[in-house]
Amino acid sequence: MLATRSIKRDSKILGLRLAIACMDLTTLEGKDTPERVKQLCRKALTPDPEDPTVAAVAALCIYPEHVAVAKMALRGSTVKVASVATAFPSGLAPRNVKLLEAREAVAAGADEIDMVIDRGAFLAGRYRDVAEEIAAVKEASSPALLKVILETGELATYDNIRKASWLAMEAGADFIKTSTGKIQPAATLPVALAMLQAVRDYEDRTGRAVGVKVAGGIRTAKQALQFLVLVKETLGEDRLDARYFRIGASSLLNDALMQLTKERTGAYQSEDYFTKD
Amino acid sequence: MAARVAVRKTHKLYIGGAFVRSESGRTFELSLHEQVFQVARATRKDVRDAVRAARTAWPSWRDRTAYNRGQIIYRLAEIIESRRDQFVETLRITGSPSGAAEKEVSAAIDRIVWYAGWCDKIEQLLSTKNPVGVHHFNVSSPEATGVVGVVAPTESGLIGLVSALIPVVCAGNCAVVIASERESLSAVAFAEAIATADVPAGVVNILTGYRSETVPTLASHMDVNALDLWIADEEQDAAAAQLACNNVKRVRRHGEPPQRFWFTDAAQGPGWIEAFMEIKTVWHPAGV
Amino acid sequence: MPVRPVAKRRGKPAQSGRALGNGKRLKVEDTARLAVTQPPRTTWPYSPAPEARDYIKLAPRYELFVGGKWLKPKSGRHFTSINPATEEVLTHVADASSADVDSAVRAARAAYEKYWRRCPGSERAKYLYRIARAITERSRELAVLESLDTGKPIRESRDFDIPLAAAHFFYYAGWADKLKWAFPNASPTPLGVAGQIIPWNFPLLMAAWKIAPALACGNTVVLKPAETTPLSALWLAEIIEQADLPPGVVNIITGGPQTGSALVRQPQVDKIAFTGSTEVGKEIARECARLRRRVTLELGGKAANIIFDDAPIDQAIEGVINGIFFNQGHVCCAGSRLLVQESVLDLVVRKLFRRMQTLRVGQPLDKNTDVGAINSKAQLEKISALADTGEAAGCTRYETKCMLPARGFWFRPTFFTGVSLSHRIAQEEIFGPVLSVITFRTPDEAVEKANNTRYGLSAGVWTDKGSKNFKIVSQLRAGVVWANTYNKFDPSSPFGGYKESGFGREGGVHGLLPYLER
Repeated sequence: MLATRSIKRDSKILGLRLAIACMDLTTLEGKDTPERVKQLCRKALTPDPEDPTVAAVAALCIYPEHVAVAKMALRGSTVKVASVATAFPSGLAPRNVKLLEAREAVAAGADEIDMVIDRGAFLAGRYRDVAEEIAAVKEASSPALLKVILETGELATYDNIRKASWLAMEAGADFIKTSTGKIQPAATLPVALAMLQAVRDYEDRTGRAVGVKVAGGIRTAKQALQFLVLVKETLGEDRLDARYFRIGASSLLNDALMQLTKERTGAYQSEDYFTKD
Repeated sequence: MAARVAVRKTHKLYIGGAFVRSESGRTFELSLHEQVFQVARATRKDVRDAVRAARTAWPSWRDRTAYNRGQIIYRLAEIIESRRDQFVETLRITGSPSGAAEKEVSAAIDRIVWYAGWCDKIEQLLSTKNPVGVHHFNVSSPEATGVVGVVAPTESGLIGLVSALIPVVCAGNCAVVIASERESLSAVAFAEAIATADVPAGVVNILTGYRSETVPTLASHMDVNALDLWIADEEQDAAAAQLACNNVKRVRRHGEPPQRFWFTDAAQGPGWIEAFMEIKTVWHPAGV
Repeated sequence: MPVRPVAKRRGKPAQSGRALGNGKRLKVEDTARLAVTQPPRTTWPYSPAPEARDYIKLAPRYELFVGGKWLKPKSGRHFTSINPATEEVLTHVADASSADVDSAVRAARAAYEKYWRRCPGSERAKYLYRIARAITERSRELAVLESLDTGKPIRESRDFDIPLAAAHFFYYAGWADKLKWAFPNASPTPLGVAGQIIPWNFPLLMAAWKIAPALACGNTVVLKPAETTPLSALWLAEIIEQADLPPGVVNIITGGPQTGSALVRQPQVDKIAFTGSTEVGKEIARECARLRRRVTLELGGKAANIIFDDAPIDQAIEGVINGIFFNQGHVCCAGSRLLVQESVLDLVVRKLFRRMQTLRVGQPLDKNTDVGAINSKAQLEKISALADTGEAAGCTRYETKCMLPARGFWFRPTFFTGVSLSHRIAQEEIFGPVLSVITFRTPDEAVEKANNTRYGLSAGVWTDKGSKNFKIVSQLRAGVVWANTYNKFDPSSPFGGYKESGFGREGGVHGLLPYLER
């Protein structure tokens, strides 16, 4: 039902700007190089060189290998460096290796850690192991903010998603995140809704506000606006903020910029006018 | 015995290889002397979707061999020939006398065949190897400009549309066609021919509707490279030409020629293809 | 070479003198002698090599060349033309008003109707040949004048601008009586009066690019040179006068932007040809759309010069240097974005920096100067401001280490590393000697980044692998692609852009199209 909300004109412009401000601009490819990361940092800082009113994104999301380079390129700015860790995306590695990765990423300057839970353990019913691991990573990542990727596509059922969400929050997650973006399905509206509802219930119970990050398969501005509607109508408008809501994406940024420009000029846009990075 | 109840066609838009209703769900009424038709009324969002479909289809359309494009266009002629009666009937319903309709359909098919043969020759005609001296190799050759918006002739049902659209596609461009309001039925029939003729999805997109609601969006669209305007209304034509300057579109403006024009030599030629191509000149040193 | 005594060894008596490698040893007294007679470290500065300019006779004032006569501007106003290298005033030129534009267009139309459209192609050809030859005869003078007026090095005006201008007239002269062979099944006819507006970066060459094809096709011309560089066009007018070209066939009116607008709007003009910025080009396109007038445009660019890891690196560096520092970067097709494959980034940057240090920035009339003056104060301010944004945004700036003269407008050749497409210096046309170095990883990424711009005038590709070269060239959306070379021009080679770099071609048989009705 919420997907059919009609977001027009001023609310559309505001929504697009919010989506950009809540974006974790992401590059997680085996072929990422230092120069590639540096260039993406620039895009993160000035998404549209023609329009300085467009804010920088919330964070850059990359592999630990590139944290130092990103930190240098983003110094003095508001853009956070978020690093994946714990053997992203599979999560299958010895515990000490996973913790070391998180520690090293933070030592290199990461402000945030996006960890993956052990889905194998979860689906095998070893919930306590999963929870302990999250708590251990939280400690190893301190003082960085911890986002916990549930990989909802592998958890498959809404019950599992809710259970995993709860477990992660109890273990100390600052954000719960839908997906690694490496498999489909990833962030869908129903999945996000389930997680938002879990967050709401947890907050009612404990008073602690946990953030939600949707990632994977969000390519169009239209989709982003739909997620914003979900957040607004589940948790409230004040959660439409990078402290509580993130969208992990890459090509979404230019789609949002093209929409913004279209709203401003009245003309549909071409990709040639928006920088790839 | 009571006459059989006919199954009436829904006249839809043709975007990205599929027949779709307008995203607005709206139609407009076309009252022709035998019947009232409801035809899909395209909105600017449909224009947006059509341009996106054209742009998406373009790299692979452009990268096909010219021979392959020629084969596809020839097949379009085959399909229309096999559906002659439908096209003649459609023209007739829209007001053409039978004899004229027959002549028009024949001419349209022949023109498509003529252009099919140009696909793999136009490059030879327009290319030059330039005499810059022995130390460099230098060649100029044409390539497709990209996405072309065609605002189709209004008075002619088929021959005008074919004459404007086919050369554009021959050149390797993808097209978004804004059909004549009065001739919507022919445009839809033509779309059906395109859909069944191996023309890849998105190469030709056909939008029916009120031109005042779609032409400005097409003319101002930053991802459209060129416009072919057959607009009788001077104000609409002038407005479109102004909007086109925003991204330096290549624009041809023709107004509305009389029906007899389409049957003259001037109504076809390699220049019609060339108008929507760009010349690229490449240099390379020659030395060891 | 400093000579070091051999170190003492334990257990053995010290051997005196340095080993000479042939079993002998240099005796200490010899080394002392040698040390005194070693030549000092060599330097070899180039002496100034100025091109003579004392024989250049500039009139104190120039009028408008209309209808074969030199007419005073109706406003009575003249403006100065200065030498950007020294800021000295060279002369004063007329400021044409709309009334003057009207006179010029009337003269062009009269010439067209009365005789030029009926003049056989073979006769038109002979006029154009005369002009070509006359330019060659006076080429040295014209080169000096061009350098004085624009600030470009004399080597460039002497070896490039002037000879190529003459060549354009010569090439199009040959087409004048062969038009019916130019396009199959067509008997083309001229359009009428062409209004032509040209920029300040290659003044005489741009005038040639415009006038030659227009005349060859049977049109008459009203040409407006750029405000800061009118002089070579005025001398061209003298050449045209001396060639006895019928009066009114070519009219040259100097003035500023208002003169240009007036020309675009003049109702009797059949065709407008404009070379200049994209911004102004769009305005002209709108005006021409309103007037239903034919137009061709050659606008801005932000060309990518792509170096692959299998490129001939030293040659590529030469090509890059030429691509951006030739004519102080005042070139629409300048290779202002260097796209270098990440695996060879350090190597390329090192070589680029080293090569850049040998660029000589100095007086345009010095024959050893590589990089001359910036064309105007306004342009210098624009370049500096944009370059500063690069630095402010965290890119690393590299410059040629050199002294700059006290007077005049100067900018050191500069390049930035750590540039991303989202930096302003990677997006906006700087039109100055500033290069942005951007990396890519794969051929597809190179093409994607090269094409990720509103412009599409030119591009460069450097790779020794043939199939890769052909492939990349075919994917680049640019009207001119230089493969393993850069900045090559020829009158027979069509030049022009894709997308917002304009439409229409200049040069070659395709360069006839803008001036013909088929």
